[in-house]
Amino acid sequence: MNALKQSLLALAIAGTFVAGTANAQISDNVIKIGVLSDMSSLYTDLAGAGSVVAAKMAVEDSGIEKRGYKVEFVSADHQNKPDIGSAIARQWYDTDKVDVIVDVPNSGVALAVSDLTKAKGKAFLASGPGTSDLTGKSCSPNTIHWAYDTWMLANGTGTAMTKQGGDTWFFITADYAFGQALERDTTAAVQKAGGKVLGGVRAPINTQDFSSFLLQAQASKAKVIGLANAGGDTTNSIKQASEFGIVKGGQSLAGLLVFLTDVHALGLNTAQGLIFTETFYWDMNDQTRAFAKRFAPQDKGIHPTMVHAGVYASLIHYLKAVEALKSDDGTKVIAKMKEMPTDDPLFGKGSIRVDGRKIHPAYLVEVKKPSESKAPWDYYKIRATIPADQAFRPLADGGCSLVK
Amino acid sequence: MATTIAVTAPVRAGSNGMLIATAVMAIVLALAPFVGIYPVFVMKALCFALFACAFNLLLGFGGLLSFGHSMFLGTAGYVCAYAAKSWGLTPEIAIVLGTLASAALGAVVGALAIRRQGIYFAMITLAVAQMMYFIYLQAPFTHGEDGIQAVPRGRLFGLIDLANPYAMYYTVLAIFLLAFLFIYRIIHSPFGQVLKAIRENEPRAISLGYDADRYKLIAFVLSATLAGLAGATKAIVFQLASLTDVHWTMSGEVVLMTLLGGMGTIFGPVVGAFVIIALESYLARFGEWVTVITGTIFVVCVLAFRRGIVGELSAWWSRTRS
Amino acid sequence: MQALFGQLLIGLINGAFYAMLSLGLAVIFGLLNIINFTHGAQYMMGAFIAWFLLNHVHIGEWQLGYWSALLIAPIVVGAVGVVIERTMLSRLYKLDHLYGLLLTFGLALVIQGLFRHEFGSSGMPYQMPSQLQGGLNLGFMFLPIYRAWVIIASLIVCLSTWYVIERTKLGSYLRAATENPALVQAFGINVPRMITLTFGFGVGLAALAGVMAAPIYQVNPLMGADLIIVVFAVVVIGGMGSIMGSILTGFGLGVVEGLTKYFYPEASNTVIFVVMVIVLMFRPAGLFGRER
Repeated sequence: MNALKQSLLALAIAGTFVAGTANAQISDNVIKIGVLSDMSSLYTDLAGAGSVVAAKMAVEDSGIEKRGYKVEFVSADHQNKPDIGSAIARQWYDTDKVDVIVDVPNSGVALAVSDLTKAKGKAFLASGPGTSDLTGKSCSPNTIHWAYDTWMLANGTGTAMTKQGGDTWFFITADYAFGQALERDTTAAVQKAGGKVLGGVRAPINTQDFSSFLLQAQASKAKVIGLANAGGDTTNSIKQASEFGIVKGGQSLAGLLVFLTDVHALGLNTAQGLIFTETFYWDMNDQTRAFAKRFAPQDKGIHPTMVHAGVYASLIHYLKAVEALKSDDGTKVIAKMKEMPTDDPLFGKGSIRVDGRKIHPAYLVEVKKPSESKAPWDYYKIRATIPADQAFRPLADGGCSLVK
Repeated sequence: MATTIAVTAPVRAGSNGMLIATAVMAIVLALAPFVGIYPVFVMKALCFALFACAFNLLLGFGGLLSFGHSMFLGTAGYVCAYAAKSWGLTPEIAIVLGTLASAALGAVVGALAIRRQGIYFAMITLAVAQMMYFIYLQAPFTHGEDGIQAVPRGRLFGLIDLANPYAMYYTVLAIFLLAFLFIYRIIHSPFGQVLKAIRENEPRAISLGYDADRYKLIAFVLSATLAGLAGATKAIVFQLASLTDVHWTMSGEVVLMTLLGGMGTIFGPVVGAFVIIALESYLARFGEWVTVITGTIFVVCVLAFRRGIVGELSAWWSRTRS
Repeated sequence: MQALFGQLLIGLINGAFYAMLSLGLAVIFGLLNIINFTHGAQYMMGAFIAWFLLNHVHIGEWQLGYWSALLIAPIVVGAVGVVIERTMLSRLYKLDHLYGLLLTFGLALVIQGLFRHEFGSSGMPYQMPSQLQGGLNLGFMFLPIYRAWVIIASLIVCLSTWYVIERTKLGSYLRAATENPALVQAFGINVPRMITLTFGFGVGLAALAGVMAAPIYQVNPLMGADLIIVVFAVVVIGGMGSIMGSILTGFGLGVVEGLTKYFYPEASNTVIFVVMVIVLMFRPAGLFGRER
């Protein structure tokens, strides 16, 4: 071959390589991550600015930027309002070229964001919200639900406590969809484990004073009082339960949605003896402790909650999938994430099911007495571990259209 | 004696200036999507502008401060969303249903509240709005905190697919302009004149033979209906109806928009709505600073800026002309 | 039957709390015709001062925090109220009352936003003062000592305030000044100063309620926001000119709410508003009010 043909051939081969790589490309050459959280009200501490910190730590630890990819962040406050959250998400997808949204505590906002993400073909890594509908009847090929959900919480706390002897229950439920769902799922779990529900009372959401309801709970003589509520309702009911001597009187208090930061806000004096389920605790092993040590100074001393851990772990896995595919196309990346088994320092080895549910073990924890706590944020003792394959709702039961 | 809010910007009836300004506004808004302004932002602002105009009809021209207007915004939103999603009705019918629901609510609440004055009137509207909030919180059809989601945009009149952003935008603009012109007509009609007379001096108006309560009630129902129109349209645009729209802080927001823009002026509420929505979008990043800044604007407006943006501008304009 | 007694007692305790909370608002509206929407934020500030004193100010080993807060918080917050009145509210007296409402509404947003920014929203732990911990077993229920203290403190505060305003000379000057300031001023009484001090007093009462609330409700920046609407309802039902009206309505509401929580708990939030609408339809000035 003469020199001209050789160089033409070389050029042609080089050209196909360039063309080939150009097909599988990162959109706008930037992986843009949007952290949509509650920065100003109920969930600020358990998610909020800490989620941004966790997201940045994930990108740093994955080392993806060293391998030539550019990553950018945006963050915003959805104020727990579905209209504000979906408006921000819509703008992020339409004009700000965001590729993936993470966190989103608050189930109402999360459902809206999930729908929007599906319509726009992007990705949504939900570690904040609780509703198990995200992997059930509202499941989507663009959403992965990390950390926890209401079915797991209800099942974990309900089954485990009943098996440990708390076989009669009384519920104090926040009278709205979320609270009712928690009560319904926990009742099912308790009855399946052989326990009985003696009664319950529905309190309006944002009730300040639970004394009347606690009195009814005491009168029922149930061994366990289940608090099917969240946020301020939970902390108020726990505080007042301590005032009325519920735990001292021999009944157990089971919180159905409690986070590390809630215990911190209550103080160990008030919260001691409280039992609930989480999927992450910073003091479980060396890896989680190392993470917490790096995380806390960046988030005003707050130690990571399972939501923060979920943001971190979901992003680590997402970035692996993006690198493997060399693309940040939402639908494709989510599919890839379901293919690849997960492995991160916080949740260990796990997997993601076809309905978008991330599977990992759950832990029944009890809040320590003040005398048992050796350092700030040393709050939990692990009472039981629920293996990953039993912790979450069985695949067939969710009603998700992606499950064939 | 009726307690009234002092309104300082007089309305000149039907002058060419007003019509030109309206035409300019219509043209600017029509061209907005083509100059790169995010259409969803403008649609949101238009819905709130309509809400504020409806509120201003009652406050600026009727002299009645309702602290519960959010119930009309939200009721229409919920009814419209439910009609579009669960009954599968086309958007224009859903919007009409929502608007009628608010009108009905307005008639009932108006009948209760209109006999009272000033602070009592405000308190009754606040109380009923709070009751509606709790009812919607617990009613199954609203899905409580989640709201009614994934409301289909549908096909307008069965023909125009509103999922197309331009179709949606011009529909919203058309609704806004029609409602705006309707309010304009009301204000410059004999009915509007009597209403103003009642606002200025109710005993005198009664002595002249006008049934003040009936006029005030009609104004109230009209205001409720138009607020409902805003809420129903908003539900279709955002495909969502949520509790935010019935919370009492929403009632406070519309007061702020009207106050900031200029009570008793025609364009004031529009300006106020656009400014507040822009501010909130811009500040969304900063979390709770939004409430601090909103509160500060309230304080500043009440202390030093009572005529609002449009009010101050037209006062300055008359000063420079004379 | 026993359970019902327990609920009634709880209702009474809550009523005592509502009465104390609405007292400040009633004083300010009843005497000064000012609608103080900042009341909820001032209640919250009182609770926060109590928290601050407990956790950051150490006076020896005793939990002096709570008891000193009962005195310090109302004074501090009352002083803030005085500043607000002097610098901003006084400019609005010649205008419609509703401007005062809007101003205080804006101020409430500002104060709550600033506190949320500084302290987050989960709330701060506040321990029950050790002298008031524990409870009495009354047979039909377990009564926490703190709750009993709330009833006693509330009765003392409410009745003494009512007495001062309705039965003393100072109170009569105040009431006269509201009806005819010019005339009273002509008698040589410094009316603006009285108004300012009265406003400060009403605000201080809000803060006092906040301190009392700190051990039982979570101390967080939003604790006053939704409570304020209920308090307004109490004052409106009681009759906006009447101090005794608010006190009695506060207690009454507590009992009505307690019974609703027992028989139909889902409605316990709305019952107050239903009552308010009904009362206003038949007695437009409230139960004990005088039409102005």
